Amino acid sequence: MPEPAPGRPRGPLSELTLARVRELIREPEAVFWVFIFPILLAAILGLAFRSRPPEPLPVAVVAGSRADARLSALSSQADLKPRSLGEAEARQALARGQVVLVVSAGDPPTYAYDPTQPDSRAARLAVDAALQRAAGRSDAFTPGRTEMTEPGTRYVDFLVPGLLGMNLMGTGMWGIGFSLVVARQGNLLKRLVASPARRSHILGAQLLSRLIFLVPEAGALLLFAALILGVPVRGSLLLLVGVALLGALAFSGLGLLTAARPRTIEGASGIMNLVMVPMWIFSGIFFSTDRFPAAMQPFVQALPLTALNNALRAVMLEGAGLTPLLPEMALLAAWGAISFVVALRVFRWQ
Amino acid sequence: MTIPVPTPESALRCRGLVKRYGDVVAVAGLDLEVVRGECFGMLGPNGAGKTTAVEIFEGLRPPDAGEVEVLGDRWRGDGLALRRRLGVQLQETKFPDKLRVREVLSLFRSFYPRGMAIEEALALVALEEKADAQVRPLSGGQKQRLSLACALIGDPELLFLDEPTTGLDPQSRRQTWEIVEGLKARRRTVLLTTHYMEEAERLCDRVAVLDHGKAIALGTPRELVASLGAEHVVEFTVGDGAAPAVTEEVLAALPSVEGVACEGGRWRLTVREVHRAVPGLLAALAERGATPTELATHHASLEDVFMSLTGRRLRDA
Repeated sequence: MPEPAPGRPRGPLSELTLARVRELIREPEAVFWVFIFPILLAAILGLAFRSRPPEPLPVAVVAGSRADARLSALSSQADLKPRSLGEAEARQALARGQVVLVVSAGDPPTYAYDPTQPDSRAARLAVDAALQRAAGRSDAFTPGRTEMTEPGTRYVDFLVPGLLGMNLMGTGMWGIGFSLVVARQGNLLKRLVASPARRSHILGAQLLSRLIFLVPEAGALLLFAALILGVPVRGSLLLLVGVALLGALAFSGLGLLTAARPRTIEGASGIMNLVMVPMWIFSGIFFSTDRFPAAMQPFVQALPLTALNNALRAVMLEGAGLTPLLPEMALLAAWGAISFVVALRVFRWQ
Repeated sequence: MTIPVPTPESALRCRGLVKRYGDVVAVAGLDLEVVRGECFGMLGPNGAGKTTAVEIFEGLRPPDAGEVEVLGDRWRGDGLALRRRLGVQLQETKFPDKLRVREVLSLFRSFYPRGMAIEEALALVALEEKADAQVRPLSGGQKQRLSLACALIGDPELLFLDEPTTGLDPQSRRQTWEIVEGLKARRRTVLLTTHYMEEAERLCDRVAVLDHGKAIALGTPRELVASLGAEHVVEFTVGDGAAPAVTEEVLAALPSVEGVACEGGRWRLTVREVHRAVPGLLAALAERGATPTELATHHASLEDVFMSLTGRRLRDA
């Protein structure tokens, strides 16, 4: 019976990797979350935040002897939409957000507005300028205007690299963590360890299969973004691939670490959310990390997803080269390497 | 005239094996030797320490004390060289649902430098027709056979089967038995654990009876049954009214009776010859105004050996 096996084309690492790839492509849900979901999200958000001509700001003029003159002065402004209301009505409309500013009946008028609202502040400037001009003030000069609405500066351009980073995090963590915990729960890890499979091959196959999926997964989102949404890729495509690869490895390491101990899916889910939720919030997926106070910046900037998103945006939107990205890439590599080493040390095989 | 018998080579040897989990002693000083070419059974109730002992043999757990030698080698490092010579079937392994049977086998085959062809392993466990089916729709018995095939694919010198038929329906169990018998016919060394005495009796050349982490008896199934001193068991109960009159002394004095035990009002007599013991028993009972109910006799089995050693049954011990 013992005979040199005929047709034994693949080594253990390829077989283990292939097994992971087969599992994933035969799981329709996985295909949806990995490939379809990020595209759907980009499409929906791109639609919601699509570039539109700015809406005129609704303002109220309280009825009185000067109301008509003021209304006509404000109506001449394209970015204002004035209407005349009674005193009480005007207050109510302001409170409800139906108007962003109320011009009182008095002379000189009083502007009632909420200074924490950007729209209110903008309305105050526009209303004041229009009324002053109507009252006889003349402008010292007329400035030129350049309107920035070309691709690369829109919200959707900011969003796509963030979504790409978020997707790399999600699939890296879930893809690896989930499959390892399932294998541990079903005694498959133990069975593999009892067989002459190398532990480094068992875990290495997880990383390899992640990298294989990175290509269609990042590719699908980028193609959609570039062709349909017109999001630019200004830097080198090779560098973009390199950054994405490094990001995928960093999150694969983290996935391995979070799945190193838990025996149940529930346990693993808890840890993964603990790791991922802060990055969803702080890592600049949907809005810039500059919004967080300076005191928090060291924490925010140390997160791997922040580094990945910054690097992706720099390559795609600013056309950055390798040198300015080195700090981010080093941070990603450090996250990946440290979590991988720690994961190997504490890994529970059975 | 004497034929020189070659000293049997040992496939596995353990001495003074101890494993504790906190206060619980799972294995309490186990000594065993498995000879090459034999099918060795570890028979015992759940919690007897069978699985713990086997997992120590398989190099999956370190013992707290004692020595283990597998195929003349000891466990150290990742033990890869030794693992290539072993086949391991765990009590339960959940293979990835979405993989096909052939793919699972090809995966396990890739771990061994030499071994069987996929088709050969499929044929051995009668799964040829399921070769291209995914794991998920397989029945429990088919999954167990796939697991067996994965353990066999490296053509192991020593095969560990931990409760290979637990949870299977009778037909699947018989099918598994046939596969193991096929291995025996090829002089494979097999160590199996079970809590089914029929399984141990049918498959094993030698059996160690385990209880509370120790081997309490060791021998061929025939030797173990013979150690009872009689080949048959007579079981009966008597109606409540006359029960006090039926005592151990009375029963032990009956012709051909070798042993008497009582468990929950049910008497068990170990007897040499049924045709002599039963008439004597009926007469003795009639004399005391007792009517036997549920009178039954059977050939003594390993179950009876376990009962006579521990006073408990295997299944619900």
